[in-house]
Amino acid sequence: MYEEAGEVGALLAQTRMELLLTLRRAEGVLITLVVPAVLLVFFASLGIAPPEYARPVDFLLPGMLALAVMSTGLVSLGIRTAYERSYGVLKRLGSTPLGRGRLLGAKVISVVAVVAAEIALLFGIAVVGYGWRPGGSLLWALLALALGTAAFSSIGLLLAGTLRAETTLAAANALYLLLLLLGGIVWPVERLPGPLALVGLLLPSNALAEGLRLSLGQQPGVPLAQILALALWFVAALAVASRTFRWE
Amino acid sequence: MGIQDRQPRPAVGRVASAATYRAVRDGEREPSGEAVVVRDLVKRYGERVAVDGLSFAIPHKEIFALLGPNGAGKTTTIEILEGYRKADGGEVRVLGLDPQRDGAELRKRIGVMLQSGGIYPTVTPIEFLDLLSHFYEDSEDPQQLIRLVGLDEVARVRYRQLSGGQQRRLALAAALVGKPELLFLDEPTTGMDPQARRLTWSLISSLRERGITVLLTTHFMEEAERLADRVAIVDNGRLVALASPRELTQAETDEVQLTAPEGLDLVALRALPYVLDAQETQPGQYVIHTKRPADLLAELTAWARDAGVLLQTIRVGHESLEEVFLRLTGHELRE
Repeated sequence: MYEEAGEVGALLAQTRMELLLTLRRAEGVLITLVVPAVLLVFFASLGIAPPEYARPVDFLLPGMLALAVMSTGLVSLGIRTAYERSYGVLKRLGSTPLGRGRLLGAKVISVVAVVAAEIALLFGIAVVGYGWRPGGSLLWALLALALGTAAFSSIGLLLAGTLRAETTLAAANALYLLLLLLGGIVWPVERLPGPLALVGLLLPSNALAEGLRLSLGQQPGVPLAQILALALWFVAALAVASRTFRWE
Repeated sequence: MGIQDRQPRPAVGRVASAATYRAVRDGEREPSGEAVVVRDLVKRYGERVAVDGLSFAIPHKEIFALLGPNGAGKTTTIEILEGYRKADGGEVRVLGLDPQRDGAELRKRIGVMLQSGGIYPTVTPIEFLDLLSHFYEDSEDPQQLIRLVGLDEVARVRYRQLSGGQQRRLALAAALVGKPELLFLDEPTTGMDPQARRLTWSLISSLRERGITVLLTTHFMEEAERLADRVAIVDNGRLVALASPRELTQAETDEVQLTAPEGLDLVALRALPYVLDAQETQPGQYVIHTKRPADLLAELTAWARDAGVLLQTIRVGHESLEEVFLRLTGHELRE
C-alpha cells in the first residue's frame, strides 16, 4: 500500500533528524559516549574495583554499560525533548501527518541506535584493552539492556513532558550524578553506608548494573529480580509519563 | 491541490468512521462549500472566557483575517481549528472535518504557522523543509520554497542564527511544504522589518492564485486591509464586525474633516441636515460623520457663508480600519 510507504518514509526522515540532533548537541555526545568510555578506561587501568572481583573490568563494564544507557535515555533524550517542547517543535510537528506515534517511534529508534553504538564501544574497549571475554548469558544481558533503555527513556520523557526545559536540564543532570554515585554504577550499593545502601538498592541503575553483572559474570546467574525491577520502573514511568506529558 | 488529487483519498485502506466518509464525500460533491465553519464557539480557561460565542464561515479560496488586540481570542480560535485545543461549546468544521475526531485526515490537508517557534534551533532551513517534505504524499520542493520566501542566502545557516524575520519566513515556508488546501497563519509578520513584511504580504497574496484558503490572525490594521478578502474584528472573544475591508471602512458613515476657526458652534453644526455627529477633535479641527457626504458639503458651505465662517480645508474620507475598530470596540487596537 503506497500510503504505508509514505508513513515509513516519514518515520525514517524523523529518525534521521533525531540522530542528527543528538550528534549536534556536543555536550550530549560527551556525556553519552565519552564519559562512560573514559571512566571505564580510568578505573580499569587503575584497577579500582571491589576486592571480590578478580578483574576490575568484570565489575566496571556492566556499570559503564548501565551508565551509557542512563545517559542516553534519561539525560540526552530527556533534555533534548524538553527543549523541543519549549521551542514549540513538538507542537508544530503535531500538526503534520507525522503524528505523535511516529515521532515517539523515531525517538525510540534513535535512542536504541545510540545505545547500540555505546555498547559496541564499551565492549570493544573491554575486549581489546582488558582482555575481557563475554561469559554468562548474553541474552539476559540484552534483555536487561533493553528494559533499562525503556525505563530510563520513560523517566527522561516523564521529566521532559512535565517540567520546564531548564528544570529538566538540572534535574536530569542531578539524577545522573546521584545514580552514578549511589546507584551501583561505580561502586556496589552493598558497600555504601547503611541507609544509603537501601536507597541504592531500589534505584533503577542498580537493577540494570547488577542485572548485567549477574548475567555477564564468571558464575552466571539469572537476574530475575533485577529484570523485574527494571520492568516495574519502566511500566510505572511510562504510565505516569503518558498521563502527564504535555506537548506544548 | 486540486479536487482530482483528493478523490482517491476515501479509498485508502484505513478504517474511517461513517461520519468521516460522509464529510469527505460532501466535500467532493460541493467543492464550493465552506472551507471553515465556526458556530457559537466557546472556550474557557478556568474562569476566563477566551472565546465567547464566535461564529463565522470561510469559503474556499478566500483570504480571511481575524483582527483584534492581544487576548481577543484569535490564537485560541485558530488553535481549535488546527486541532490543538478542544472547544468547550459550539461546533467547528475544517474542510468538512472535525479537527478533534478526524485530526489525522485533516493534518494531511492543512498548513500551520504557529505564532512563534516550532523549529529546531540547530537545524538549517533546507534541513527542516526537507524533513517536513517526507511527511506528505505530495510536497513542494524545499529548494524552491527557500527561494520563494527569499532565504537562499541563509539556506544552510542554523535556525538559531537567523534574524527574527527570516525565522518567520521559514515558518511560513514550512507551512507550505505539504501543498495545503488550507493555511493557518498566526500573526505571520510579527517581528519582521518593513521589507520582509512587504515580501511576505505579496507572497500571501500570491497564494490566492494557487487556490489556497488562508485564515490569518493579525493585530496590524494594514495587514488585514492589504491581504484579506474579509476581516472579522474580534474583541474579548466576540465577533464585533465581519465584512470586506472596503465594506468595513465605508460602512454606514463617511467622514468630513474640516479646518476652521476654533470654537465653532457644534450645536449648530449638528443641527445641519445629513449630519450624524460633529466634534471638535483639536482646536480648529472638526470631524463630521454623515451618510451623504455630497449633500452635506452643500449644506455645510451654505451654512459657512451665512455664518461668515471661513472653512480653510475640507476633506471627505472614509474611516480607516483603525477608526472603525475604535468606534466598534471603544478602545484602541494595541500593538
